[in-house]
Amino acid sequence: MSNFVYDLIGLGAGVLFILALKGLSHPKTARRGNLLGAAGATVAIVMVFFHLEAHKNLGWILGALAVGLAIGVPAARKVQMTNMPQLVALFNGVGGGAAALVAIVEYLNLGNGATTAQVIFTVFTVVVGCVSFSGSIITFLKLQELMTTRPVVFPGGRFVIAANLIAVLGVSVWVVQALGTNPLLILAALSLLFGILFVLPVGGADVPIVISLLNAFTGLTVAASGYVLDSTLLIIAGTLVGASGTILTRLMAEAMGRSLFGTLFGAFTAKPQSVAAAGEERPVKSGSPEDVAILLNYARRVVIVPGFGLAVAQAQHTVREMADLLISKGIEVAYGIHPVAGRMPGHMNVLLAEANVPYEQLSEMEDVNPTFGQTDVAIVIGANDVVNPAAENTPGCPIYGMPILKVSDAANIIFLKRSMRPGFAGIENELLYDPKTTLLFGDAKASLTKVVSALKGL
Amino acid sequence: MTAIAVISIFVLAVFVGFEVVSKVSSTLHTPLMSGANAIHGVILVGAIIVADKAANNLELGLAIAAIILATINVVGGFVVTDRMLEMFKPKKGGEQK
Repeated sequence: MSNFVYDLIGLGAGVLFILALKGLSHPKTARRGNLLGAAGATVAIVMVFFHLEAHKNLGWILGALAVGLAIGVPAARKVQMTNMPQLVALFNGVGGGAAALVAIVEYLNLGNGATTAQVIFTVFTVVVGCVSFSGSIITFLKLQELMTTRPVVFPGGRFVIAANLIAVLGVSVWVVQALGTNPLLILAALSLLFGILFVLPVGGADVPIVISLLNAFTGLTVAASGYVLDSTLLIIAGTLVGASGTILTRLMAEAMGRSLFGTLFGAFTAKPQSVAAAGEERPVKSGSPEDVAILLNYARRVVIVPGFGLAVAQAQHTVREMADLLISKGIEVAYGIHPVAGRMPGHMNVLLAEANVPYEQLSEMEDVNPTFGQTDVAIVIGANDVVNPAAENTPGCPIYGMPILKVSDAANIIFLKRSMRPGFAGIENELLYDPKTTLLFGDAKASLTKVVSALKGL
Repeated sequence: MTAIAVISIFVLAVFVGFEVVSKVSSTLHTPLMSGANAIHGVILVGAIIVADKAANNLELGLAIAAIILATINVVGGFVVTDRMLEMFKPKKGGEQK
């Protein structure tokens, strides 16, 4: 295949990626957009086989593709919707790792004929790819709750990070000039360390923003690889992801009422929180499933506020059963969906759609907030931070400034919680101690099942 | 490729990237991120190119690892995005937003 035809087909794949991102921006076209993106990737990957020069190692290449398919497809198909955000983080990490590995091989191949620009872009890819890889692994560990979800800050942390960054930059200059393998490995190690230190201080609720940022980083490494490998397609695809990822990161930060700067460096400037100070001592009102059923049965309007606890308990079907039962009793039911309820924006919409909850029952925050005043019962299922008034009245707390669902305006509040443990962001919720709050402890699904059977008996 | 051609492609792609996602509902943030994430998996193309040219076992090994990782990224990314978007399937009685 001539270079011209190859480049032309590459351009076609690039156009498909643009259409994919465009499609993904609107609910009606989102699915088609994703399929167009997959088509673009398929075209690009098939075409490269016609363009290979050496035709060595074909068996290895196909074998590796098969291994990747055998891991990637089942992982993506079998993951429970609850754990989907972690998987996206992992996929982003392996993409960054792949870009870094490609760049390392490129670097070994550069030799004496390489231009300075090629060397610089290669080193850039190694650095940013490694940061994206290790950073994504940390976000995965945080989301999977294999490590603490709170910001990890140690004394002098910011100086360590600053020193690490300076070391990365210094060694980068050295690697560009010296063209040695050992300096490159040192650089890769320093970059991996930087990725870890960079993400550790980020609090749990802000992790999605960081994933989005690292996603944009990986895009840029792909663009840089495209320059070194002389591939227009990689430049287009990588730059598209880098640019749209940057905008998306900003949009996500805005949806959570955060500044990007505050997200990344907030933990260094915020005062340490007296987390759950003496909280456990105060009286709370807990009720039985029957109490909850009675409250719901005599309400005229009920707003359901789902959160991550609903996802963990896989209670989306049970909550729908309860809602259907209430509607059949003539009660008005709406779901109040916070933009970042769960672990990622849109997480709750995905889960509830899985349980066939009608789309028109799902209300976004701006629409549902003015209605809490006319709501008899707000039932909060496994959510905490997204209804925490601390976001409005406690300056300096990690979620301060995040818009919340104003369930406190409702006449009664029911919390379904596993325990008094604070939410993902690790902040005490004053609402739990409110006199109009009833707490129902236990696994969300088990509790809801009991509420449903109590409702049927009324 | 000349430097100016590369810079032109880069700058134009930046503007296209900004433009296509400038207005998007928060419901779609996660699928959009996941879709973009899958797109950067085309680094697989680069991984295949370097694997093809690999001069020794070290390079081949690194390139093979890159192919595996990139394949996971691109294939898994599109599949998981599709699963997230199942909620936008047209269904009876459900008004699409």
